[in-house]
Amino acid sequence: MASIAQPRVQAPALPRPYVEQSGLWSWLTTVDHKRIAKLYGVSAFIFFLLGGLEAMLIRSQLTRPENNVVDAQRYNELFTMHGTTMIFLVVMPLSVAFFNLVVPLQIGARDVAFPRLNGFSYWTFLAGATILYIPTIFSLPGIFARIAAGALNSLLGLPVLNGLQAWLDAHLPFATLVPDQGWYGYAPLTQTLFSGREIDFWALGLQILGVASMAGAFNFIVTIINLRAPGMSMMRVPIFSWSTLITSVLIIMAFPAITIALVLLTFDRLGGTHFYQAFNIVDGTLVTAGGDPMLWQHLFWIFGHPEVYILILPAFGLVSEIIPVFSRKPLFGYAVMVYAIAAIAFLGFGVWVHHMFTTGLGPTPVAAFSASTMLIAIPTGVKILNWTATMWGGSLKFTTPMLFAVGLVSQFVIGGLSGVMHSVVPVDTQQNDTYFIVAHFHYVLFGGSIFALMGAIYFYWPKAFGKLLDERLGKIQFWLQFAGFNLTFFPMHFLGLAGMPRRYSTYSFESGWWFWNVIATTGALLIASSLLVFLINVQRTAQSKQNVGPNPWDAATLEWAIPSPPPVYNFRIIPFITHRDQLWHDQYDRALEASGRPDRVADAIVEVDQLPEHSRVGVAVAEAEAEEGNIHLPNPSYYPLLAGIGIFLLAFGILAHNPHIQLGFFGIPIVSAAGFLALVVAVYGWSFEPAG
Amino acid sequence: MATAIDLQVETAHGAGHDSHDGHGHADHPPTSTGLNSRKMLMWLFLTSDCMFFGTLIATYMTYRTRSIEIGTPPYPNEIFDIPYTSVSAFVLLMSSLTMVLALAAIQRGNHRGLRIWISATALLGAIFVGGQFFEFTTFTQEGLGLSSNIFGSSFFVLTGFHGAHVTIGVAWLLSILFLSLRGGLPPEKSLDVEIAGLYWHFVDIVWIVIFTLVYLVPYPDGPAGAAEAAPEAFVRLLTVGERFLAALP
Repeated sequence: MASIAQPRVQAPALPRPYVEQSGLWSWLTTVDHKRIAKLYGVSAFIFFLLGGLEAMLIRSQLTRPENNVVDAQRYNELFTMHGTTMIFLVVMPLSVAFFNLVVPLQIGARDVAFPRLNGFSYWTFLAGATILYIPTIFSLPGIFARIAAGALNSLLGLPVLNGLQAWLDAHLPFATLVPDQGWYGYAPLTQTLFSGREIDFWALGLQILGVASMAGAFNFIVTIINLRAPGMSMMRVPIFSWSTLITSVLIIMAFPAITIALVLLTFDRLGGTHFYQAFNIVDGTLVTAGGDPMLWQHLFWIFGHPEVYILILPAFGLVSEIIPVFSRKPLFGYAVMVYAIAAIAFLGFGVWVHHMFTTGLGPTPVAAFSASTMLIAIPTGVKILNWTATMWGGSLKFTTPMLFAVGLVSQFVIGGLSGVMHSVVPVDTQQNDTYFIVAHFHYVLFGGSIFALMGAIYFYWPKAFGKLLDERLGKIQFWLQFAGFNLTFFPMHFLGLAGMPRRYSTYSFESGWWFWNVIATTGALLIASSLLVFLINVQRTAQSKQNVGPNPWDAATLEWAIPSPPPVYNFRIIPFITHRDQLWHDQYDRALEASGRPDRVADAIVEVDQLPEHSRVGVAVAEAEAEEGNIHLPNPSYYPLLAGIGIFLLAFGILAHNPHIQLGFFGIPIVSAAGFLALVVAVYGWSFEPAG
Repeated sequence: MATAIDLQVETAHGAGHDSHDGHGHADHPPTSTGLNSRKMLMWLFLTSDCMFFGTLIATYMTYRTRSIEIGTPPYPNEIFDIPYTSVSAFVLLMSSLTMVLALAAIQRGNHRGLRIWISATALLGAIFVGGQFFEFTTFTQEGLGLSSNIFGSSFFVLTGFHGAHVTIGVAWLLSILFLSLRGGLPPEKSLDVEIAGLYWHFVDIVWIVIFTLVYLVPYPDGPAGAAEAAPEAFVRLLTVGERFLAALP
């Protein structure tokens, strides 16, 4: 098999073997993008299981009318945490796991531009996720106690565990502090008049997650712009790296809006301001406070709509990598695909009011945003067309990744169609806050993002671990998931049109919604069983002794030129790039030229001579490193971890601060002060540590 | 061949540094664009920071005259001392000049110049922050607190966010001064100063926008005068827009 990483100068034998570090400390201090990818992937998957558990509890509550699996309060908490989890703790970090694993390899880099900042992103993500999840974890025993008590009561007639939920909720710390206001946290529900301390966990957790996302996004923009292998012009950058770049731009432009919105919310809650509250009650009388709940809606959706593209563009990128490989054809219309991603991202900032059509903004903004929302269907349609055209006439191989990728194309079309329906204001007004909306966004987020991410897990598993996941189990998982997904969410269209509102904890026998809810719950069980199949697959693969080699799928991009799993330094010699689908070019096109063995080195020399001076210097450095046997790698560092711990303590101190227990002196909670100190030490230690 | 890549190499960080130094690229191999990665990172951060300030400024503009309209004093005209704030704005803008001089000094290898001008920049920044602290204290004494009314809330959060930026900037400049006094800042590392300078200039430029929109654009005097005085500034701009729209076919 041809490899583009063939050394131009044969390196001398190296004196000492390179040993990859192991042990807990090496993971805590790692700055290796491949390890950080695994940390992100495992964390996101654990949250996927938690979010899935919440979804199953929601579905069991809705299985029959006037059901009582969870009470209304816990139901509110479950859908709030389910939404928040799936968006911020599953789809985003799972996408970031693929940014980390794939992007540096795809562009021929040894690591990201700022390896320690990359570690910081992960630890900060974990800090924010922990803050967000502390109350939920403590609330779960009570929920299960209630279910156990209900089961014992109704099945065996044993009223033995009846008081257990109340006892657990009263005695477990934070158990009654689960956020319950919905994932978009509309004011004035989040104001102190209507809520307790639970909103603080949500608001502070999301602010920290925003810091983590932005730090990662800065890093990937610089990496993709600055660390491309010589010869890789922007229009030779693989399409997944392009979608990473544009997603990162969306993150750095959109997250400030929600961060400030949450800062203002925190001021409202802890500082006595009223940014989101028009009226206030002082000594039992209603007084004007001057704020406006609409400000929250605007700020939230100015972030929130770009956010949905932050969730879907990485999935589009992954699918654009998978489909060409299993169609045995280059991606159709690469340049147009790039422009389409950029157009979606740009238009994504101009459509936020379509989340607010029913708030009475008047005909002019509503008409304008209706039109811009319709416009965004054009670049999205272009992508669907290009994927279809890539498959057209190709020799299709329906492996598990391909099944999931085609799954995205078909399911996203359904979600996209129901989405563009909502740009029509009368339709939107009719369907607002019904299950039709729930059906729509699950078709784009589950049928879109999760399908693509699942496919990508199968596609990149051999690259990350050197082993292929079992294809037979993979196909079983796909069909279970596909059937379960459609059984769960397609009936929700009917329920929505029949008028079933979202977020109600139950419905009456007379409503006529029972049948489709039973179907939906059955589908949810199938989805859960498909995840079980996946876990069995992972466990079996971990035990197998296969070694798949660099390129099991015969793919075209650089990450497949190096061993699986990749060595710590990724590339022995930084490769030269002469073509977009470099590996296919080396293996097929040049072989066709009948000049015998492909001579891409000669190709590269011609190409390198045309490069600007600074890129030629890069080539020289890479070659010199290889000759001397010294590949320069960044040093591990514990400062990113320390900064993450500092941020966690800073926020936790604010949350745990209880006016009845004087934890602090001079009104400053000691925990927060310690966290701030840790942060300052980390920042200075980081700055003065040799960069490595 | 793929297997050829799988050669075993040593980590050899120390030796790695040496080989780089031999090429004259201390820590950073050349990049695809030729632009320095850390400088690009700072530009991206500033892009993001524009959105942070933009969101806060938009919030302020939404609530700018709200307190006057609903009649919850104190009002901006009773509170603001424009000559005082103009002086402190002038001080902050002058610090951009000293920042430029500091960078020019270190790029020419003039360590003494760097230390003088960095100290001057930090001092001017500190005077601005001190002035803001005094201003906030005075406002509080005059009855405008963070939670007194919506004007106070949006004013303190916006200008406080900017003040926090200046404070971090001063701490950064003092760290550079400390590093230079310890001899850790040779002319090749003038990039450290340049990046701090980018941040500093940005914070100054943002203040020009905030100062104009918060202090200089006039406010109506009170609830009685609100209807007549409001057109003074923004509504006039709106009428220009409306006339333009009306003139279209």
